[in-house]
Amino acid sequence: MSEYRIQGATGEWEVVIGLEVHAQVTSNAKLFSGAATAFGAEPNTQVSLVDAAMPGMLPVPNRECIRQAVRTGLAINAQINKWSRFDRKNYFYADLPQGYQISQLYHPLVGEGSLTIEADEKAGIAQDKAIGIERIHVEQDAGKLMHDQHPTRSYVDLNRSGVALMEIVSRPDMRSPAEAGAYVRKLRAILRYVGSCDGNMEEGSMRADVNVSVRRPGDEFGTRTETKNVNSVRFVMQAIEYEARRQVEVLEDGGRIVQETRLFNPDSGTTRSMRSKEDAHDYRYFPDPDLLPLELDDAFIEACRASLPELPDAKRKRYVEGLGLSAYNAQVLTAEAETARWFEALLAEGARIQGKSEGDVAKASANWLLSELYGALNRLGKSLEDSPVSPERGAQLLALVADGTISGTIAKQVFEIMLESGDAPAAIVDARGLRQTTDTGAIEAAVNKVLADNADKVAQYKGGKEALFGFFVGQTMKAMQGKANPQAVNELLKKALG
Amino acid sequence: MTNLTDLTVAQIRDGFRAGDFSARDVAEAFNANVAAARALNAFIVETPEAALAAADRADKDRAAGTLKPLSGVPIGMKDLFCTQGVQTTAASHMLEGFRPTYESTVSQKLWDAGAGMLGKLNLDQFAMGSSNETSYFGNVISPWRRGNGDNAPLAPGGSSGGSSAAIAARLCPAATGTDTGGSIRQPAAFTGISGIKPTYGRCSRWGIIAFASSLDQAGPMARDVRDCAIMLEAMAGFDPKDSTSLDMAVPQWEAGLSSNLKGKKVGIPKEYRVDGLDADVARVWDDGIAWLKDAGAEIVEVSLPHSKYALPAYYIIAPAEASSNLARYDGVRYGLRDLPEGANLQDMYAATRAAGFGPEVKRRIIIGTYVLSAGFYDAYYTQAQKVRALIARDFARAFEACDVILAPTAPSAAFALGDKSADPLSMYLNDVFAVPASLAGLPAMSVPGGLTQGGLPLGLQIIGPAFDEQAVLNAGLAIEERAGFTARPEQWW
Repeated sequence: MSEYRIQGATGEWEVVIGLEVHAQVTSNAKLFSGAATAFGAEPNTQVSLVDAAMPGMLPVPNRECIRQAVRTGLAINAQINKWSRFDRKNYFYADLPQGYQISQLYHPLVGEGSLTIEADEKAGIAQDKAIGIERIHVEQDAGKLMHDQHPTRSYVDLNRSGVALMEIVSRPDMRSPAEAGAYVRKLRAILRYVGSCDGNMEEGSMRADVNVSVRRPGDEFGTRTETKNVNSVRFVMQAIEYEARRQVEVLEDGGRIVQETRLFNPDSGTTRSMRSKEDAHDYRYFPDPDLLPLELDDAFIEACRASLPELPDAKRKRYVEGLGLSAYNAQVLTAEAETARWFEALLAEGARIQGKSEGDVAKASANWLLSELYGALNRLGKSLEDSPVSPERGAQLLALVADGTISGTIAKQVFEIMLESGDAPAAIVDARGLRQTTDTGAIEAAVNKVLADNADKVAQYKGGKEALFGFFVGQTMKAMQGKANPQAVNELLKKALG
Repeated sequence: MTNLTDLTVAQIRDGFRAGDFSARDVAEAFNANVAAARALNAFIVETPEAALAAADRADKDRAAGTLKPLSGVPIGMKDLFCTQGVQTTAASHMLEGFRPTYESTVSQKLWDAGAGMLGKLNLDQFAMGSSNETSYFGNVISPWRRGNGDNAPLAPGGSSGGSSAAIAARLCPAATGTDTGGSIRQPAAFTGISGIKPTYGRCSRWGIIAFASSLDQAGPMARDVRDCAIMLEAMAGFDPKDSTSLDMAVPQWEAGLSSNLKGKKVGIPKEYRVDGLDADVARVWDDGIAWLKDAGAEIVEVSLPHSKYALPAYYIIAPAEASSNLARYDGVRYGLRDLPEGANLQDMYAATRAAGFGPEVKRRIIIGTYVLSAGFYDAYYTQAQKVRALIARDFARAFEACDVILAPTAPSAAFALGDKSADPLSMYLNDVFAVPASLAGLPAMSVPGGLTQGGLPLGLQIIGPAFDEQAVLNAGLAIEERAGFTARPEQWW
């Protein structure tokens, strides 16, 4: 067990971490208005009268956003609250047109749930660990201020104003930056599987508020700080690392930690104080009188449940137990929804054209995807989404190997040509005459020539240096331009060498 | 020829339909009255062209045989309803010059029903007030006077003071009002007209500038009960743009009018008969009881034990919601912006809101901010919500024993402008009989009941169970038929 500890001058410290992740709900429309939500649109082009808080405008909940939040809750095995309510969080800011954010303080839509992060020895996570999730509530995003458009004025872009967010609040269950990183990655994977958030941290559709405190192992929780709006897994880990060390230094110097909000600077990897609890806002939360309580019936919740895809944990288990994949391969293949989708398409097509079960083609498919395809994509700087080879073509290639049309070696060549030309593997094999030959006459002739040309090595082989067999195979294959059936080559060589 | 401006909505509608006069005749007559009554300051914006345009459409529709329910009827629009292209201010400097690009649901429904707009009616600023003295655009003067040479300008009531004054002075046959804690009923009572606040949710709030969302409800004001029924039918209806809108069919209230109350029970809440109740008010209340008995109703005493907590609860909940609803007036996107030299964002907020809001609005924002703040929330807001629930329960129990409740609308007749403006508490007390029905979301109306010794109108209030506007209107009609209220202000303006 390699627990994460900070070595201070006065001894060891344990870090306690809780995360509030804001995830933008995938929906064509905002939480309370009909306005669109496309990223990167011209400023103030996706703003309805409601989003701009014009006089007399009223919010109406978007059912799709509620549905996505419920599905997310179900995916983390959480309690779905059939009765929830929206509250107003009141504060003034230029990016907040209403002067309040509609959120859920008192009665969130989703209650207690959890997710599991996997053991990762390299990262110091000794075993699988459940991280508690206290709640998920639904709220509006704010707009954006632009300070670089004018020398003395700030501009306001309300495109994001009113976009639906899920705030996913974890328990303070994490004890190292690695655990926090794993939590964010796992949460993002679940959101992407569910399809409730695209998890795109660069575009700001997922960001985290990081709560950190330190304590002597086994002590009570220390005072925490909250570092706002951290927008990558790496930054979350950096922020924790920096903040924990800073707190240890303060404490060991006889200081005390102030409960405060801090900002993360991605350039320096440091945090700095934004405001302390003393000058924190009094948000004057109260139930939003423009909205009725949100009441969900069993049918709605069951429909949400029925619409959930197979989730990563279940999928991983099935890959190992049902498909016979190694735990490692199953883990890698299920970590991202897109990878699993690709793999399953490959598998389905492979099984179909080979007339076999998915289990029969799973190992070869997984190996090819993780080594050949990933290797090529890495080289090309591409991702699965823009892979030049489709799952169908990949399956065709694997089928050609499986039925002996080409050898594994030739398959690599064919794959390279597929990457460049985009052609179908069978067409490449035919056009280039790469079809594997079982013509024993031709192979026999090649074998005889190889043995005749290498009489010295034949003598050595016969003298006991049996490792030379591989050399004869290689030479024969070379003479056959790789197209000879390896099994036939083996047999004929053995026969010729007596 | 009849004086067209003396006609009720029903008479205009029917006379126009029958070909007795054109819609343009009607619009011109009311336009002339509006223009001649500027001394009352009932309108913030006059829109004679809009009234004429609607009238011309109505005349065409009549020729084409495509008449609508309110074809030929011009009305006044309280300046709390957003009207597309027409300045909408809530009587606040904050929104001076604001021209919405959209039309409120209620006003749109009225235009769709064929009504025309005479103008935007003055009101208490953001509908906060009971005398129409908080308008940035000046007081509305009631057309009523005490007589006996006492020409002190009187309050038309509030917040729908422009609406009440304009109807009483024959500047329009009907108008829209909004009622948060009596803002339709009290001004109706002060000016000798009728007005109904329907069940919360009957009329869409979309496009009405918000004061207190859980209480705000639009309703009509007119000279009699039938006109209120006609108007309310046009204004009410489910609106998917308002989450609190009632998804129920709109009853045919006009067709359902009946003043025969045989078999009905009328509850008299004993807690409303407070010590020191004004003698005129008590007398008119007794008259009302006698009239309803005469109409066939049985009179029963009911108890609304939490009534005395209604006013304090109201003056916590309404300001709390207002403090949040009015946060959007920040100078950033529309309306007034006061940006002093070298000011930062906070300075701009402070300067804009200091200049844009009147003293009563500021008072309520401060009260509301206070009652919602950390450490006070439970003592005030949570407690007030509990009181609100108890008041609703009081009514629910009372309506097990009766069909409607009869009470005074206001504790006194109209007071003189300036009489109460220095003392907010005595002003707030004006709403004491009105706010319980608001807190419970119940339909309630005021009809003229009689005059004080001094000759000023007094109103009687009928409160009904949720969704039963018909019972309220019918009891109102029974009173109207028996009260014989024909008094009208003598024209001095």
